Amino acid sequence: MPRIKLPTPPRPSALQPKPPRPGEEDKKAGPLDVAAEGGIRAVDWIDERTSLSSATRWLLFRKVPKGTNWFYTLGSASLIAFVSQATTGVFLAMYYDPSANHAYESVRYITNEAFLGAFVRGMHKWGSSVMVVLVFLHMARTFVFGAYKYPRELNWIIGVVLLILTMAMSFTGYLLPFDQRSYWATIVGVNINGSGPIIGPFLSDFLRGGPDFGATTLSRFYAIHMLLIPGLLAALIGAHLYLVAKLGTTAPPWMKAEADPELTKATA
Amino acid sequence: MKQAEKEQYLREYAILKSQGKPFFPYAVAKDSAMAVVVMLVIIALSLVLGAELGPKADPTTTTYVPRPEWYFFFLFELLRVIKPPILTPLATVGVPTLAMVLLLTLPFYDRSAERRPERRPVAMAAMILTVAAMAFLTYQGANAGSPNSVDMPTPTSLSPTQAAVFNQGKLVTAQSGCLACHKIGDNGNDGPGPPLTNVGARLPAQAIERTLQNPTAPMPSFANLPPQKLSALVAFLSQLK
Ligand code: HEC
Ligand code: HEM
Repeated sequence: MPRIKLPTPPRPSALQPKPPRPGEEDKKAGPLDVAAEGGIRAVDWIDERTSLSSATRWLLFRKVPKGTNWFYTLGSASLIAFVSQATTGVFLAMYYDPSANHAYESVRYITNEAFLGAFVRGMHKWGSSVMVVLVFLHMARTFVFGAYKYPRELNWIIGVVLLILTMAMSFTGYLLPFDQRSYWATIVGVNINGSGPIIGPFLSDFLRGGPDFGATTLSRFYAIHMLLIPGLLAALIGAHLYLVAKLGTTAPPWMKAEADPELTKATA
Repeated sequence: MKQAEKEQYLREYAILKSQGKPFFPYAVAKDSAMAVVVMLVIIALSLVLGAELGPKADPTTTTYVPRPEWYFFFLFELLRVIKPPILTPLATVGVPTLAMVLLLTLPFYDRSAERRPERRPVAMAAMILTVAAMAFLTYQGANAGSPNSVDMPTPTSLSPTQAAVFNQGKLVTAQSGCLACHKIGDNGNDGPGPPLTNVGARLPAQAIERTLQNPTAPMPSFANLPPQKLSALVAFLSQLK
């Protein structure tokens, strides 16, 4: 049966477990040992059926290159912002009603009456700004570090699509409170789309759900905002992260690759 | 990038990677610290700035100037900067589309093997210019006037009933957010729409009414205004000579 052995972090000698004295070896296992054994068995059970342990090991214990610094956290910060948006969005969706007659009232209910409603709505609203800023900073980091070059071109392209989808999220979400500001800003936005060549008019008709800005527009924006784009985003983030793990993150461009002196000495 | 350069990169990368630290726990620790900061910032913004809810959407008036989320200001400003109407599609769709295409295809036209920023002057200059332009346009957009009143004297030549209509039209104009895109006398923003200071001289009343009901993008349609307000608006605009 496979057994997973997690590496123990190095401990100062004072904290290291003492080897058993003679005659103590057959001490009974304490409750902690039993619990640990139970945990290992559960993990073993899953691993025997999925063989996930090697993938997990590959994911967790792959090396990140020398010189990796704080700028490399901007990608995972974008991910956290996305997860936060998804979570607060689920709670908002529990109260939100995407019909032209009730949307505004339901948002008013969330803001003024629902338990912690204003707080969750505030997190969702400001989280969108935070996510846009983080995605732009992350893009700037990969641009400055030349991380879009071989072999990571495809990951850059996925990244640009993620950027477009993030902006589309914020465009479609802006209408949902259905107050004066969101209504008129969105009309202008849809008109702007409509002024594009060839597909422009089709795109704005699709967004509006017809030639006029009406009841269907809101439900369309809602479906796009909470089903279509988040699904695409989640799938593409998955692909993005798979490529990150597969190719490894870049080292900062000014790091010099010098083989281990031990190795060069041995061959010289 | 040539094959030899690719291989050289992979070789150097393999060395740097082998000298690095495992993702867990080192990178995970940094990422987690950053995650905590991000969540604290979002929570603080929510607690301090909250989420306001304006008046309910009302197709018959825009007492609110159409204003997008702040990170779209630069797009809206682009409309103001590129003014001639034939160029509007260029500003609204052309520039952003071009920017996206340039971004998407970046790895295919920047094919040099050099990664150090100080040795990629063209790329860095392009980035700094883009960021500066976006920052400037965002700043402009944030400071764009959004007055909701039209400040101009009623012409003395009008009869009392005409003057009443003129004043009502002035009020409707102010409430309908026209000034977000049009300049009337000293009021409002110069663009993206043409100044309306002398529309009356340029267009007959029917043409103005047609424009309001069936405008060219990006101007929103005001066909839903109650007929009385619409006629006051048209009467007011056609007096502007
Ligand atoms: C979102 C911005 C925007 C808003 C808000 C807006 N307009 Fe416009 N308007 C424009 C643009 C852009 C044009 C030019 C369209 C074109 O090129 O045909 C225009 C054109 C016009 C014209 C035709 C002018 C000419 O010389 O051809 C009139 C009249 C007009 N607008 C009146 C109004 C009135 C009245 C309001 C408020 C009720 C208003 N607009 C609100 C953007 C706007
Ligand atoms: C939803 C948005 C995004 C998420 C969640 C995300 C997540 C990540 C993460 C976690 C990494 C690995 C570590 C790091 O460099 O931070 C990464 C790397 C990368 N990302 Fe993103 N990203 C997003 C958007 C983008 C965008 C908009 C671009 C550029 C157009 C981009 C391009 C890249 C590239 C090229 C890498 C490889 C960097 C390297 O190897 O050094 N990503 N991404």
